[in-house]
Amino acid sequence: MASVNVFKPKARLSNSNILFLIAAVIFVVMYLFAIISFPNSFMQFQTFFDLFNLNAPLIIMTLGLCIVMIGGGIDISIGAVCGLVTMACAVFLESKMGSIGGAVLVALGIGVAFGILQGYLIAYLEIQPFIITLSGLFLAQGLLTTLHKDPINVTMPAFVGLRDFDIVIAWLGTRNRLGVFIPSEIKLGTVIVVVLLVILASLMKWSRFGRNVYAVGGNSHSAMMLGINVKRTIFITYVLSGLTAGIAGFVYIMTTGAGNVGNAAGAEMKAIASAIIGGTLLNGGVGNLLGAPIGTLTLLVINELIRAAGVQSNFQAMVSGLLLYFFIVLQSVIMSLRDRRRFGIALPPWLRLSGKEQTVGQGES
Amino acid sequence: MLSETILEMKDISKSFPGVKALDSVDFKLRKGEIHALMGENGAGKSTLIKVITGVYGKDAGLITLQGESIHFKAPEEAQNKGIGTVYQEIMLCPNLTVAENMFIGRSHSLVVNWKQMNEKAAQLLDSLGIPASPVQELTSCSLAVQQMIAIARAVDMDCKILILDEPTSSLDEDEVHKLFKLMRELKARGVGIIFITHFLEQVFEISDRITVLRNGKLVGEYETTSLSQIELISKMLGNVLEDITKIQKHEPIVSDTSIPVFEGIGLSSAAGVRPFNFVIQRGEVNGFAGLLGSGRSESARAIFAADKVTGGEVRMKGKSVKIKTPLHAIKQGIGYLPEDRKGDGIIDDLSVRDNIILTLQVMKGFFKPFSLKQAETFAEEYIKKLNIKTPTPDTPIKSLSGGNQQKVILARWLLTNPEFLILDEPTRGIDVGTKVEIQKLVIKLANNGMSLTFISSEIDEMIRTCSRLIVMKDREIVGELKGTELTETEVMNVIAQGGKNPCLN
Repeated sequence: MASVNVFKPKARLSNSNILFLIAAVIFVVMYLFAIISFPNSFMQFQTFFDLFNLNAPLIIMTLGLCIVMIGGGIDISIGAVCGLVTMACAVFLESKMGSIGGAVLVALGIGVAFGILQGYLIAYLEIQPFIITLSGLFLAQGLLTTLHKDPINVTMPAFVGLRDFDIVIAWLGTRNRLGVFIPSEIKLGTVIVVVLLVILASLMKWSRFGRNVYAVGGNSHSAMMLGINVKRTIFITYVLSGLTAGIAGFVYIMTTGAGNVGNAAGAEMKAIASAIIGGTLLNGGVGNLLGAPIGTLTLLVINELIRAAGVQSNFQAMVSGLLLYFFIVLQSVIMSLRDRRRFGIALPPWLRLSGKEQTVGQGES
Repeated sequence: MLSETILEMKDISKSFPGVKALDSVDFKLRKGEIHALMGENGAGKSTLIKVITGVYGKDAGLITLQGESIHFKAPEEAQNKGIGTVYQEIMLCPNLTVAENMFIGRSHSLVVNWKQMNEKAAQLLDSLGIPASPVQELTSCSLAVQQMIAIARAVDMDCKILILDEPTSSLDEDEVHKLFKLMRELKARGVGIIFITHFLEQVFEISDRITVLRNGKLVGEYETTSLSQIELISKMLGNVLEDITKIQKHEPIVSDTSIPVFEGIGLSSAAGVRPFNFVIQRGEVNGFAGLLGSGRSESARAIFAADKVTGGEVRMKGKSVKIKTPLHAIKQGIGYLPEDRKGDGIIDDLSVRDNIILTLQVMKGFFKPFSLKQAETFAEEYIKKLNIKTPTPDTPIKSLSGGNQQKVILARWLLTNPEFLILDEPTRGIDVGTKVEIQKLVIKLANNGMSLTFISSEIDEMIRTCSRLIVMKDREIVGELKGTELTETEVMNVIAQGGKNPCLN
């Protein structure tokens, strides 16, 4: 039958927003569950803040990665670049000319350099992003071990001061068993996370560049026909992801205070998982940067839950894996349900909705 | 309405290696008219469009836009001069909102002003009567609305010329009418519209003028009202008078009691062909006739299950069989030479020999490979039989000419000794000599008892070889011709009279 396409002015939620909402709801449910199961630890504000304090580098990396993924790419070099930055900063800070400002420049410089190199190869020479950033991962790992093999503990007084600096929220805290009030503490890294989140989320929502990234990720050929400079847009996404990896590296060493060969190893995979749980699709074009911290925190809360339950740590990895399966299936089911009007849909019969919703468009002919 | 000319093309020629795609073609577009550009595949319609929009450069000729001589080097330049193009495939981003799709890539400001953009989009949608909300995601709009949004974008860019390249091929009847309403609206505003479609009824419904191209040459420009459907069809198809030796066709002996080789009842496929019945006898050559897009290839593909089969029953020699995939069909003794030789037929980098034995190998099973000697015997036999011009059987097939590639694929099927062979456009894009050879071969095979379905866009070829023609229009069978009825005029009559519904639904 011909479709009766009655025009409804009501706009439905966009795919980006619906996936973000799902991620947010799951996170809240998860956290409530954690509070109910382990009120001692999860009821404390400090536990919540510590999720940020200790995992700021991962959240920052996820932010940059989300931008690349929305543009339809992938960057698996970020963990290694972050690790390289920690070691480079440590070596620099321990040298004679070490200074905090210089270390920040080193961090940003390394990150941006990787971003420019990889962005150029991927956008302008049109080489597979997976291969290029895999090479970047090896390059960064190699540079890291060449730079220094043994752990370096940064002892520079100014830096140690920065490392131990806490912002105390005097009015928010918990009483311990003895009834002493312990105020909550926030690390500098958490502040950087919040600032970056606001800047990058605004960039994606309100800047021409941000919208171009969505367009390119949605359909790069169409984007080109619409007059968007596709190559430059892709290039900039990788530079941004390199930049955030650099920042993450600096925040990492600001948190731990040491350069180590194993720093941030494998973080790129956690970042990818976080981005996906946060509602960014691997196919590109769909995602919300606010989902990046949500995704990371969901992953972390699950790990914390398992740890609190006293289960062996290898179960954490297993549950993370299963959770990722669950999210990806959930996302594709939602996407197919929403798009069923346009494609034939490969949904199994037991998942299909009943009768009236089935064929609306050009189905029968 | 003023009949002021906005675009004039004179003596446009364009050659590609080996083909003259356009041969001094003239084209004239006036302000506020809808001008249909008609022609069969390979007539040069899309080449002409691409010359206008600057995708291709022209070899010779002159293009003037409102009295100014132009020579575009890239599509953006044409866009900036007010030539908007809407392609068959919708060139928009599905994940962005309607408003964004209308304005993205056009603003120079670094910041997106959502409020202003949505207001402007709402105005534009309103003024064109497009039923969509600016804040809606594009995927949630129907295809027709998406197509209209693409048009709205072009309109807002202040276009004077709008090129619509087969915009209706994926729309249903309702949606087509919405699109037509929009086109009339634009016409009233003085936009010149070039409309390409293969649905004849639509041309007569909407266009003011028709320009017909055939084989890269201009046939003529006509007022739509002065032309009947049959005249248009004959102008599009032409009378291809080739110096071909009279081919003696084979008339099968069919009695009422003979059991057909293949019998399909109510066949339909996901490609959108209406359920049809199809019967072929031993030693018979029949064909599907119809214009491009009439469903002739889709029907052949449905028989071979090349597209997803959605219904119907099949009997081979009276026995009910299940044919759901091409492999089933091959195992039942059906062969299919696809229309798209490059995409569906040859394996570019494999040698002529490997291409020949491919299907037989599939039938035998991949774990029981032919010995090199066996393969060579097969290949040499058919290279000789079909007169395939190749340096050695080891030459990669891609270095052969189109006609010889076609013969290799024919050899591939003949090697499997099918009972029923479907040839979909086997003569397209190959030289006249090979065309005749293939037609002669078809008749020889039928004489030896094979049943064949022969499809060609050149009707005279089919009339020469087939004993029965099934005429299709708008994806359904509208008639069947045999014996003395088999003339070009009769085929055109059936196409022009049959079926009044212009589109799929």
